[in-house]
Amino acid sequence: MNMNTISDKIGHFPRQLEDESIYIMREVAAQFERPALLFSGGKDSITLVRLAQKAFFPGKIPFPLVHIDTGHNFPETIAFRDWLAKETGAELIVRYVQDSINAGKATEETGKYASRNVLQTVTLLDTIEEFKFDACIGGARRDEEKARAKERIFSVRDDFGQWDAKRQRPELFDMLNGRIGVGENVRVFPISNWTELDVWNYIKEEQMEIPSIYFSHQRQVIERDGMLWADSEHLNKEASEIPFEATVRFRTVGDMTCTAAVASDAVEIDVIIEEILSAEISERGARIDDKRSEAAMEKRKQQGYF
Amino acid sequence: MDILRIATAGSVDDGKSTLIGRLLYETNSITKDKIEALESASKRKGLHFLDLSLLTDGLIAEREQGITIDVAHIYFSTPTRKYIIADTPGHVEYTRNMVTGASNAKVSLILIDARQGIVEQTARHLSIAAMLRIPKVIICINKMDLVGYAEAKFNAIIDSLNDLIAQTTFEGQAISFLPISSLFGQNITQKSDEMPWYTGPSLLGELEAFTYAETLSQAPARFPVQFVVRPMTEAYHDFRGYAGKISSGTFAVGDEIRVLPTGQTSRIASIEKYENTLPKAVAGDSIVMTLSHDVDISRGNMLVLASDSAAPSLKEFSAQVCWLDQQALVPGKTYLLQHGVNQTKAKIAQITSRLDVVNQTSTAAVTELKLNEIGIISLRTAQAISADVYAQNPANGAFILIDEFTHATVGVGFIR
Repeated sequence: MNMNTISDKIGHFPRQLEDESIYIMREVAAQFERPALLFSGGKDSITLVRLAQKAFFPGKIPFPLVHIDTGHNFPETIAFRDWLAKETGAELIVRYVQDSINAGKATEETGKYASRNVLQTVTLLDTIEEFKFDACIGGARRDEEKARAKERIFSVRDDFGQWDAKRQRPELFDMLNGRIGVGENVRVFPISNWTELDVWNYIKEEQMEIPSIYFSHQRQVIERDGMLWADSEHLNKEASEIPFEATVRFRTVGDMTCTAAVASDAVEIDVIIEEILSAEISERGARIDDKRSEAAMEKRKQQGYF
Repeated sequence: MDILRIATAGSVDDGKSTLIGRLLYETNSITKDKIEALESASKRKGLHFLDLSLLTDGLIAEREQGITIDVAHIYFSTPTRKYIIADTPGHVEYTRNMVTGASNAKVSLILIDARQGIVEQTARHLSIAAMLRIPKVIICINKMDLVGYAEAKFNAIIDSLNDLIAQTTFEGQAISFLPISSLFGQNITQKSDEMPWYTGPSLLGELEAFTYAETLSQAPARFPVQFVVRPMTEAYHDFRGYAGKISSGTFAVGDEIRVLPTGQTSRIASIEKYENTLPKAVAGDSIVMTLSHDVDISRGNMLVLASDSAAPSLKEFSAQVCWLDQQALVPGKTYLLQHGVNQTKAKIAQITSRLDVVNQTSTAAVTELKLNEIGIISLRTAQAISADVYAQNPANGAFILIDEFTHATVGVGFIR
């Protein structure tokens, strides 16, 4: 049995997933007083914005988009973020990791693998406190990583933002219990049951705009650990790491310091989908932050990471 | 493209996680970097084979103890459909997580260790599959390699299951039996070469062929209102739409509807899905409905067809419950009852009986239901709920109970 012929999987988005995600969006708006949508500029959070638009149409998205800006974002992502907020009429709130560093709440990492990925948790928790958000919607998917495979759709966090895997609430049928105590908040994952392929097929079917760096372009990169890293002022390079120009795109978009590029000529979404289907490494395989240890994600989630 | 949701169940060490790992591995659903991670993790554990269970046991505590504690959701697809597997814990103390994982499943995979035969958990899992009314159960007799792939062993286990199955299953539930070896990939995606005596399909063959008689769109029409859309913009000044996901049945523009529990009636003026208007919508559709009259409708109300004289409104009723909390259910206590998107207070009048899932016997007049126990209770709600009998319309017949003080989801109930 040949299970994975590429052409069979392109362009088949199960519409049921959209209905389920819209239902979750509406539960958030109805059950919480101050929800927010955590927006990273990546394809998953762009998908969330689309779902929120659909859930409340012809009304506007009834909660703000919140971006925790690490200062290491790709400029294309920031430009896209601002465009999308304007396009949808949604309120945009931006808070900066640099401010947390300046305030002495977070300390910059050192060494060649230094990134601000872990630091953004500090800024995120401060932002939640500042606006008293009781629910934060995020674009995490269960197929991304094995600790995420265990996450509920409504994930209750204590006032330190911590995830306790052993104390998760049972979630039955589609009934979502958003009741929380003082200081607690909920992380909500409306696209939990989508796979990377589902997201791409949806973007294609919906003809959604996405940041240009998802498509093939010329970029200065260095090679490190068998991966291509975008050269930037934020990357701590060793003397032997000499930037060169390559034709690349990004499969997943995080910070410049923790997302690797892939060599690709793909300028059309169909080609991107084909590349994903035939790729030998998983999506998060290009996330340098996950490689720190076997349980990197679970540990970060316990600390209040998304 | 449709989605088939599957839940796995079995006792500890029956090899559920290995089975799923095998299914993913043989359908080419695992990328190279994940297989490499698996190889090095297996080596670190001193194993000379690929430990496929490490794919799904994602928590530190799970890998330490070699058991599944919480539900993991796993995805793969074939040209036929997308599959979502809820890999649920086998340990009796994590039964609540098993119920969580199985609640949306249309197929339940129950594993039995060929060397052990039926154990307590087999009876428990069959009971739960029946309680949830999962339409299909596939009983996988695993580790056939350890009993020499013997047909006699397989048949003996099936024979010993007869009584239990007669007691637990409901009419219309399909049950099948499959001899497999997850470790060696026998009868998982391809017919086993070790068991020529078995003439049925492989596990994947069986899943691919499964079609669920989609009766949901023929069931009574139920539309729980989640959210009232009132843009109050210039373009949509007077727009008032009712947003929700249809639980069961079909609604069409022009249909006369009645609002529960208030009893007001109106007519469907439009059905909208984002910028599109639709002539009708069916179970599972997330839509916005507008009505011809100004009626007072808020979240938690339910729209039904006005012609549906049997549309329910319950304040005192009986239900089967499965208790999910460390703190036992006690009569006289008040909980929050959530039915669909509607919440109301509920007081437990009494626990009528407790089911012994292992022996399939009932004990009357018990004083509490402890974690993982199943029983029949009677209860009274502050406001009427528009729920159907679960066996007749599962999409509108279940509820959860929430502790008012801890806010935890403490029980799940099925209207009788």
